[in-house]
Amino acid sequence: MGLLERFENGDQVALARIISRVENRRTGYQDILARLYAHAGRAQRIGLTGPPGAGKSSLVFRLGELLSASGKKVGIIAVDPTSPFTGGALLGDRIRMQDLSLDPNIFIRSMATRGSTGGLAEATRDTTMVMDAFGFDLVLIETVGVGQVELDIARACDSVVVVFVPESGDAVQAMKAGLMEIADIYCLNKADRDGAERLVLELQSVLGLRQRTNNWEYPIIQTQAINNIGIDDLWQAIKNHREFCQSDTSPEDRQKERIANDLLTIVRGKVDRRLRSVLRDSETFEKVVADILAGSTNPYSAAERLVAELSTALTS
Amino acid sequence: MADLMDSAKKGIEQVLSKSDRKKYEEARAKFEEQRNGADELDGRKFITVSGLPIKDLYTPDDVAGKDFVEEVGFPGQYPYTRGVHTDMYRKRLWTQRLFSGMGNARQTNKRYHFLLSQGQMGLSVAFDLPTLMGYDSDHAFAKGEVGKCGVAVDSLKDMEIVFDGIDLGKISTSMTINAPAAIILAMYIAVGEKKGVPSEQLTGTLQNDILKEFIAQKEWVFPPLPHMRLIVDTIEYGTYHMPRWNTISISGYHIREAGATAVQELAYTLANGFAYIEAAMARGLDVDQFAPRLSLFFNSHLDFFEEIAKYRAARRIWARRLKEKYKAKNPRSWLMRFHTQTAGVSLTAQQPENNIVRVGWQAMAAALGGTQSLHTNSMDETLALPSEKAALIALRTQQLVALESGVTNTIDPLAGSYFVESLTDQMEEETEKIFNEIEQLGGVLAGIDKGYFQREIAKSAYAYQKQVEKGERIVVGVNKYVMDDKVDIPLLEIDDSVETEQCEALRQLRQARDNAKVDSTLAELKAACKDESKNLMPYLVECSKAYVTLGEMVDVMREVFGEYQEPPMF
Amino acid sequence: MDKIRVLLAKPGLDGHDRGIKVIAAALRDAGMEVIYTGLRQTPDKIVSAAIQEDAQFIGMSILSGAHMTLFPAVAKLLKEKGAENIHLFGGGIVPDQDAAKLEEIGVGRIFTPGATTEEIVTYIRDTARDLPEETL
Repeated sequence: MGLLERFENGDQVALARIISRVENRRTGYQDILARLYAHAGRAQRIGLTGPPGAGKSSLVFRLGELLSASGKKVGIIAVDPTSPFTGGALLGDRIRMQDLSLDPNIFIRSMATRGSTGGLAEATRDTTMVMDAFGFDLVLIETVGVGQVELDIARACDSVVVVFVPESGDAVQAMKAGLMEIADIYCLNKADRDGAERLVLELQSVLGLRQRTNNWEYPIIQTQAINNIGIDDLWQAIKNHREFCQSDTSPEDRQKERIANDLLTIVRGKVDRRLRSVLRDSETFEKVVADILAGSTNPYSAAERLVAELSTALTS
Repeated sequence: MADLMDSAKKGIEQVLSKSDRKKYEEARAKFEEQRNGADELDGRKFITVSGLPIKDLYTPDDVAGKDFVEEVGFPGQYPYTRGVHTDMYRKRLWTQRLFSGMGNARQTNKRYHFLLSQGQMGLSVAFDLPTLMGYDSDHAFAKGEVGKCGVAVDSLKDMEIVFDGIDLGKISTSMTINAPAAIILAMYIAVGEKKGVPSEQLTGTLQNDILKEFIAQKEWVFPPLPHMRLIVDTIEYGTYHMPRWNTISISGYHIREAGATAVQELAYTLANGFAYIEAAMARGLDVDQFAPRLSLFFNSHLDFFEEIAKYRAARRIWARRLKEKYKAKNPRSWLMRFHTQTAGVSLTAQQPENNIVRVGWQAMAAALGGTQSLHTNSMDETLALPSEKAALIALRTQQLVALESGVTNTIDPLAGSYFVESLTDQMEEETEKIFNEIEQLGGVLAGIDKGYFQREIAKSAYAYQKQVEKGERIVVGVNKYVMDDKVDIPLLEIDDSVETEQCEALRQLRQARDNAKVDSTLAELKAACKDESKNLMPYLVECSKAYVTLGEMVDVMREVFGEYQEPPMF
Repeated sequence: MDKIRVLLAKPGLDGHDRGIKVIAAALRDAGMEVIYTGLRQTPDKIVSAAIQEDAQFIGMSILSGAHMTLFPAVAKLLKEKGAENIHLFGGGIVPDQDAAKLEEIGVGRIFTPGATTEEIVTYIRDTARDLPEETL
């Protein structure tokens, strides 16, 4: 039996291998995605992000435990950074989720950022789609909320939970980092620690300043993942957010937006890869770099010229 | 007169007359002009095992301005840099103690009788992993591990066999166990009682150091707070009922084995010790009530002088903290007694006989550092549990150091060495820096929670490995003078019948004992666990006497206390 | 070639994780993706994790003497789950004769104390080249 057939029969080994093929952009991966797309579109996508040490993995573990107990099938994607120097990565999020590794309702996949700008968002989206097509009811995506890439991933989700801890310090800083703007739900984990109340108050006052595009009331949920406290509240908030979105826009509009988003990401990824390969092989590029180095031109004028030249190459 | 005062004050700094001073400067200038000054030879760096750079020469300049009395002093006197006892080994040698235990209780008992007949002065019990983790031999997690790394103890029954024919009133016993330490202590008290030796007369040491488990060895059961409660319970119980028992052995050994440098070993261990002191004081105990019974346990690694400096610095830091910070008034609270074990991690599987020599100088470093007891590793420990022959050579090694080498003839013979004194100071300074870091993090428990210690140790271990692989550090038989040898030293194997027999014995025990009594003592234990004001020791002793198994006691406690989860690694 | 993914695990009760953490760091520095599952993993957890992660390799470190129980258990489960092309190797205190027996049941190299991280990296790279490819 081939991999795709096994996949369609619900074989986890095949699911895992297909994710790898997609992640590695192996020849033929587009065909796989094209074939699986027909089965996808049902899963609810939930992003969890926040600073290192906020307890995201523990929260994901608890949510997974709760959802599995109610019979839901859950895919989990845990993203950790790739070392920019060696290209390697240490993926350690499973440590916190090991009690889920034998749960037949749960599938956990660790992903490294692999240093690509934009590429990760695409790979995560594709993996989410593959999991969706496999039949998971929900996909939980955990990222370290630090860079633009992680923010992009979060944007591709139906609901985004931003996780803080009392030690995270002041909320205004987080606002600056762009974390606050992407949240649909705020989660204060380790809420039994000193400083929790202060941070909640601070968050509330900062939230008053947040620009709103709809009437969603941003909830602040307090949890203690280690002690399994507040997880129900968090899940309720996620459900509320889903219901709100469903009542706020028509299913058709949401579907349209989702497709538009996906399409944009895919196109962007393709153009980006194409661009890179064309640029890398182009003699003109080398020459332009040399010219800038020699001082005979500057990057701005050179870029104009390159884009003009490349537009033909890109469409060919 | 002023001159005399000055010379006394400056102590070991050589006080030179003006003309001598001139000659000294000239000689030094000449040396500096002629020296080669390289920091490596053929790629091998002049650094300690911990990576501290070592100068080509140490001179009076390196100890200039030192106050001899304040810093070094005399043995048996504050700050105890030179040793905790006035006469040290001229009055009594260190206790020769080999850590052993394997298979079942019967086999272990036989090994103990053998070691005692060969001149060993105290027992040191190694438990198997299921016991160390609080599981009975018939638990699913115990499969394949019963009796492998030490003796399997499930209940008082096993303890009775382990100590069969051994006079617990005379022999001191050290027990290396941490997470379920309080239970094992309770069983030991129960064995003593059965043999007619009251707890007041029992002598020995319980390792009982959970902080270094969270930091390094990773054998825990409950979260840190309930574990700390159990430790304070044993300290408190010991204070009132076991005056000759060391209720805790604050251990750097495992921290070092996990990859820490000498400085990290020293700093983390002492910081853990202070955390226990503070926890016991928070319980309302007076520091002088329990501090004299605290003991420490260090590693003796390859770098001879670094290790000696570490022990000397440790005593000084301990004494100062106890006196100045914790306001201990009893001088016995100030002195840091310690056990030493040679570094298991320094032994090589290649050319294992070389390990005998490594252990030899590690033992000597411990002696020159003023240890109170010593375990010398067997040459085959990287391959398997020590065979009887290898264990005997290890014991003989420390007997040779003690009786033939002459290092025990005088006290702290390296005092006054420009190098050793300067290294001792350096150890102390670096340790203080780490104390500050820990304080910034919010203390030892906060550091554990944040993964600070675990991360720092992993970094040091990786750095060490890279040095070896780059040849900056030589390991004979591994990256130099490599031979394609086959190991042909006889190895000790534990066969699987131990597991089967142990499980069968457990089954029989569960049938034969008074199970109503088991249930009632367990119920009382559970209630006590829920009541923070209760000391759990008496409840554990009652359970032990009713032949409740270790696993059954731990299960009940786990229900109340919960279980610890490893923090993320990186 | 695809990124090499290695799942590192410590089965059994033994908590001595110095070696496995050094290996984890070395494999990362060699450009591999290392999935570290932590201490006290049961064989079925290890196999399930390796399958989900689509690791080409499982590396297990065992210092407690329980290797003759744990390696065969993992090898057997890999077969049962149709994941026998995941290459199982390991390290720890394992006598030569035991390593030979393990090889017979399909376990790869067992690295004993003194092995360098470079040897392990080379071993993984060489083995990865020969791993079977499956059809879609």
